[in-house]
Amino acid sequence: MAVPVFAPWDDPTQKPLIQFKGVTKRFGDFTAIDNQTLDIYTREFFALLGPSGCGKTTMMRMLAGFEQPTEGQILIGGKDMKGVPPNEREVNMMFQSYALFPHLSVWENIAFGLRRMNQSKDVLEARVEEMLRLTRLTKFAKRKPHQISGGQRQRVALARSLARAPKLLLLDEPLGALDKKLREETQFELMDIQEKTGTTFVIVTHDQEEAMTVASRIAVMDEGRVIQVATPSNIYEAPNSVYVADFIGDVNIIEGAAKRAGDGYDITWAEGVAPLHTRKEEGELIAIPDGGKAYLAIRPEKVAIHTEKPQGMTNAVQGRIIDVAYLGNLSTYHVRLANGTMVRAQTANTRRLALRPFTWEDEVWLSWTDTAAILLAE
Amino acid sequence: MRKFSLVSVPYFWLLILFLVPFLIVLKISLSDTALAIPPYTPTLDLSEGWAGFKAFWSELDFENFVFLTEDALYWKAYLSSLQIAAISTTLALLVGFPIAYGMAQAPDEWRPTLMMLVILPFWTSFLIRVYSWIGILSTEGFLNQFLLWLGVIDAPLIIMNTKIAVYIGIVYTYLPFMILPIYSALEKLDGSLLEAAEDLGCTRTKAFWLITIPLSRPGIIAGCFLVFIPALGEFVIPSLLGGSETLMIGKVLWEEFFNNRDWPVASAVAVVLLAILIIPIILFQRNEQKQREAGK
Repeated sequence: MAVPVFAPWDDPTQKPLIQFKGVTKRFGDFTAIDNQTLDIYTREFFALLGPSGCGKTTMMRMLAGFEQPTEGQILIGGKDMKGVPPNEREVNMMFQSYALFPHLSVWENIAFGLRRMNQSKDVLEARVEEMLRLTRLTKFAKRKPHQISGGQRQRVALARSLARAPKLLLLDEPLGALDKKLREETQFELMDIQEKTGTTFVIVTHDQEEAMTVASRIAVMDEGRVIQVATPSNIYEAPNSVYVADFIGDVNIIEGAAKRAGDGYDITWAEGVAPLHTRKEEGELIAIPDGGKAYLAIRPEKVAIHTEKPQGMTNAVQGRIIDVAYLGNLSTYHVRLANGTMVRAQTANTRRLALRPFTWEDEVWLSWTDTAAILLAE
Repeated sequence: MRKFSLVSVPYFWLLILFLVPFLIVLKISLSDTALAIPPYTPTLDLSEGWAGFKAFWSELDFENFVFLTEDALYWKAYLSSLQIAAISTTLALLVGFPIAYGMAQAPDEWRPTLMMLVILPFWTSFLIRVYSWIGILSTEGFLNQFLLWLGVIDAPLIIMNTKIAVYIGIVYTYLPFMILPIYSALEKLDGSLLEAAEDLGCTRTKAFWLITIPLSRPGIIAGCFLVFIPALGEFVIPSLLGGSETLMIGKVLWEEFFNNRDWPVASAVAVVLLAILIIPIILFQRNEQKQREAGK
């Protein structure tokens, strides 16, 4: 049975829940967000990903209502949010520091937002209990925030922000303070909770793995601009720029001059060696004028390593192993090509260590198929 | 051993400078007045040995404390002091909290300056500062002249030698003790807590009452005690600004000691004052303790 694919962004009849329309935010002379337009759909788990200072937190704070855009419009559920204070928005936020109220118990922290809604006592208590169950905190209800662990605090913050059943939940680096193991567990928990509650999540993170794991779509940001918005697999397999390719995962970038050749391009990257050929299995490559500057982005796991020159491969280059990074399940070979370019090749360690044929200073050949590399103009 | 000697330093200090003087005062309060130097009897004469000590011991009694309950002046003075201290503390809180709040909201680079301005009056002698209030508040003082010049009033206000002058003096003098602990509590307040409260449906005013006030409560309590405790025994301010109309126990004590030369009764007044002060001091200590535990 085929599961319907969740992709409202490809469906022109869907109305986005959140719309940024030409939003600019300036702090004095500094432009934090530069004329951005972005749509986020209901039930999405949307990630704003970028290095610190890229403007992702500003985007989130504008959604929460703590900042007002200098120019442009933000719509939530079709309503212009201009001048609407945070307490009147159906948006809740989970703060990076969790911002738990230290003088209130876990129970009271979760009830805090509900108490502002003029509900009956029974409804309120039932909702708090439900939230405690959802985040497995029932046992800790009476404790104060300083009496529980970091992971538990994180769950209290989540429960508190979900308690009011917001249309939109904002998560500001929600897992930043947790250690790696707990963070990975919590990522799946977050996805689970997001699915159960059906809330739209917008997460801000600088951790690309986290974004790849949890998000339905990722917006990669840099210097106040959204560089690319796409699903995790598209961001990884089809980045639109060297910046995105480099930010997400490991990548080898080979720079050269492009020339149209058959159904793809030949890239001349060094003198005296055959040009590299690249094409796309379906669809059209980006257009680059003959002789124009082009970049090939190749993921290390798509580069094969050989002792002899491989026969019948379109792209094969020779180099010397400079470094071997043994990661247990994988090994990454750092190979220097004749012109000094470093290329990383990654192989799965399916054979025992002693049987592997490559080591430091070996002359080797690297190869990849003509569809493995991504052609980029910038 | 080394640890023990380090810990013993403050205890030794306390013993020499608090416990011993207190025991002397306590002893005097149990004695009788005498026309002698020192002006009380008995005095311990160790040359007579054990018999001398017994004679000395038998002459001590609680007569002076009984006397304090018989003369209405004393309990009225205690009550009046409690009232003046309580009102002054409330006024100091009402004035001090907004100042502390403003300081905590000020940009980082301003804060040391503002802090300096709060502490600055301490650089001048306390007596001079209280005297200058006479110049401001008296019938021909600056305040009256200014108000007359403005045309707000037709006749000069009588402020000097009233309780109002005492309140002004106490609030002015002890205001830094109110501001500093509140400021330090407010400064530690994480701004994201207020944002979280707003995010969860509070207006800014509501967030102030639900978050800012409870979280600055240890500072407020500390500030109130730091004003209330010294204000209760205050003597200089009521003597200089309050005139004969204001009854405060510190002033009574002074007069008993210097004007009447009745050391035993003056000592009894001091011992009772200390007993009254011990309650707020213990409460203050408990507040500090709780705050330290919460900070861990």
